[in-house]
Amino acid sequence: MSKPILKVEDFSVDFWVDGVWYPAAVKMNFELHPGKVLAIVGESGSGKSTTALGLMDLLATNARRSGSVLVKDEDMIKAKGSVLRKFRGKEVAYIFQEPMTALNPVYTIGFQVVETLRNHFDMGPKTARDRAIELLTMVEIPNPEQSFDKYPHQLSGGQRQRAMIAQALACDPGLLVADEPTTALDVTIQAEILDLMRNLKTRLNSAILLITHDMGVVADMADEILVMKDGFTVEHGSSDQVFNRPTHPYTKELLAAVPKLGSSRKRELKVARDAAPVMKMENVTIEYPKRGRIPAFTAVKDFSLEIFPGEIVGLVGESGSGKTTVGRAAIGLLPVKSGRLEIVSKDITKASQKELFPIRRHTGIVFQDPASSLNPRLPIGESIGEPIFLAKLAKGDELNRKVEDLLEQVELPRSYRNRFPHELSGGQRQRVGIARALALTPDLLIADEPTSALDVSVQARFLDLLLELQDKLKFACLFISHDLAVVDILAHRIAVMQDGRLVEVGDRDAILKSAKDPYTQRLIAAVPVPDPAEQRKRREARLAAR
Amino acid sequence: MIKQKKKVEDSLVASGENAIANKEVEGLSQGQIIVRRFLRHRAAVFSVFFLFSIMILVFSAVDSQFGPIRTNGWWKWNPDDIPELRFGDCPNDTIGCPTISVVPKFLGGDGFGLGDHPFGQDDIGRDYFSLVMKGSQRSIQVMFVIGFFAATIGTIVGAVAGYFRGVIDNVLMRFTDFIITIPAVIVGSVIGSKFGNLGAIVLAVYLGLFAWTGLSRLVRGEFLTLREREFVDAARVAGASTRRIIFKHILPNAVGVIIVAVTLLLSGAILLETALSYLGFGVVPPDVSLGLLINQYQDAFTTRPFLFWYPGFFIISIALSINFIGDGLRDAFDPRQKRRITKKEKLAAKVMKRESV
Repeated sequence: MSKPILKVEDFSVDFWVDGVWYPAAVKMNFELHPGKVLAIVGESGSGKSTTALGLMDLLATNARRSGSVLVKDEDMIKAKGSVLRKFRGKEVAYIFQEPMTALNPVYTIGFQVVETLRNHFDMGPKTARDRAIELLTMVEIPNPEQSFDKYPHQLSGGQRQRAMIAQALACDPGLLVADEPTTALDVTIQAEILDLMRNLKTRLNSAILLITHDMGVVADMADEILVMKDGFTVEHGSSDQVFNRPTHPYTKELLAAVPKLGSSRKRELKVARDAAPVMKMENVTIEYPKRGRIPAFTAVKDFSLEIFPGEIVGLVGESGSGKTTVGRAAIGLLPVKSGRLEIVSKDITKASQKELFPIRRHTGIVFQDPASSLNPRLPIGESIGEPIFLAKLAKGDELNRKVEDLLEQVELPRSYRNRFPHELSGGQRQRVGIARALALTPDLLIADEPTSALDVSVQARFLDLLLELQDKLKFACLFISHDLAVVDILAHRIAVMQDGRLVEVGDRDAILKSAKDPYTQRLIAAVPVPDPAEQRKRREARLAAR
Repeated sequence: MIKQKKKVEDSLVASGENAIANKEVEGLSQGQIIVRRFLRHRAAVFSVFFLFSIMILVFSAVDSQFGPIRTNGWWKWNPDDIPELRFGDCPNDTIGCPTISVVPKFLGGDGFGLGDHPFGQDDIGRDYFSLVMKGSQRSIQVMFVIGFFAATIGTIVGAVAGYFRGVIDNVLMRFTDFIITIPAVIVGSVIGSKFGNLGAIVLAVYLGLFAWTGLSRLVRGEFLTLREREFVDAARVAGASTRRIIFKHILPNAVGVIIVAVTLLLSGAILLETALSYLGFGVVPPDVSLGLLINQYQDAFTTRPFLFWYPGFFIISIALSINFIGDGLRDAFDPRQKRRITKKEKLAAKVMKRESV
């Protein structure tokens, strides 16, 4: 067996907060051999990123490390700053989650690759440039010669992530630490980046430490998996072992919570399609008006969709496809430029704010970011009660009672009425968001990526709750998401959007099993499945199709 | 060993996202968090006490009047009294030297004592302590009036421009730019020579009408970001009116920026008042202010420097403590502000660790 490139023994990280050391990672033990991929999986707050950054002492000043981290037989815990600097980038390179913030916006990507090269090697500018272009070619950036002189903002998200990989690979590092490398990317681009990382790994024989919360990505990449919870290692084993024969209850729970595409429970489709639709869009075009020198931008073109009472319609698309714009227009937050938009059989295409007021009673919206969707200065009871108060349906004690009933409905304790948003976890905040949206028992609920900021186990509970409430209250729902697996669980019908246009709409099974449009097919093929064997099959099929 | 691990697990029970980062703010409301962070800033807390003591001293020592409110002072002289000028027992044959003594007897001084004229007397014998107190009263009043008007106008202009954007924003901001281009001293001197004789408060109101520009830009920026937050959309969907959105949802969230900016504006205001009075465009005799006192006795600097020191000391200490308070408030309102670990705490933690093993 070859010598491990990274050997971690009894590695712990603690943070100093308010007079006490809080452990973030406890007694980690693992090793990594060249050409292998170790995935550290866990939900937010489990300490996976802390571990990754702690290896090379990249943590905040209030962190303390102990144990040993051996990279090429050198202990990174005892190492001095100068030694650490020599190892960073050269032996251990990092790829971060958000390439837009990880790349310096005022330098060209070529300059940033050259900088890494010249920091570690005695290299002239000319040779460094040639090597950088070679690297950019290797990560498959189109026109590497021209891209060398481009700034990060001039590249697309996927290309930026490629540039960052080129920078990380500049010194042929033995170990590549990828901290959520594809979380910010769309599925089709994620698939490409993962393919690229797999190719490079076999070509350069370097090891990859992959940090992620996405079990699909893990199934796609990992040889070995380490599951973390609250700083502790709960399970450590080969990919096959962890996925197919998990031993720890937490791992089982985690795997059960991951939504799997095409394996959702069969739900009764009892939707009255002959009734009048709750929402009706006919050839709707939505435009962001011209502002200063920025020309007008048409976000949605010629969009038609009907939602019937009691029906959940999933609206799927990649970032920038205009799905959020549709959701916001449906609730009257954005004006419609042309076409016709009806909510509960009332035309609101040209409605003013005042005319919209009665419509508001029939609609509710759950926003994407639970951190930003609640006013941090108001107790959550007041946020939930606001729609009722403004509709003049109740006030005083009666309002408080209604708010408490709503809290109970979304399975939060009644006493939470006086809490502030920052005291709640992300999942709880999102429940508060639902409670507020359902305060007036609307006929139409818009859910704009309500689970994209949540952990999988929280997401699973949230989706269960949403289904339960929908069963009870029978509202129609437009569920906007980029995650096909989530939509698969919920939706009766699925609509697919690309570049502001509706590509395809149809019953869930029709779309997922026999999509006609090539874009929908590509989208479905790119979704990683949390099962290593199945994922390998899908990957090979996808590569063969290309 | 097992026991220790149990302990660690216990401390992690309340985990979740950012559990560790949130440990500090568990179970506290926004206001409490801010107060806690403010109390951590020692210089700011000290400045609050210091400023309050100065204000109590200044407003209780001699008669003061602000609008209909009148108070009587406990000090035996008033600025209008002209007691006998002290000769002879001053060093270097000067006249009216300060009688205050702070050097204790065992160090060879005269012990603590105020004497008849703690800050000395001016040319005609008026008690300088009462003059400085009166001058400080004026300067502080002027400061607060400027602050009040500048804060109100700045907040309204900034809020309206930031919330409505578009044409309204353009018009208001170009108007703000126009006001900014006029140097404060020129504005002040024109106003001073025009309205200075109407009294210090009228002058302060007019100065306040020109001091709001920086604040309005800050508030506008804050509103521009806050109005894009999803809770504002949520309020709009709930059917909230524009007024309700501005006052109930956005303004309370912008209050941090406003408080910090206004505090710093106050220290600027007191300096502006003294500068103008020093130049002779601000408060005019027979009224007194700190800047005016310095102006009147600048010739005496070489012979009787105490006529310079005492008003100077009050200007500096008021401006400095307000600046410190502003600094502390900014730290308290800034959510990114994390506490640094002191050496002492690190050491304590090390000891704790050794004991627990």
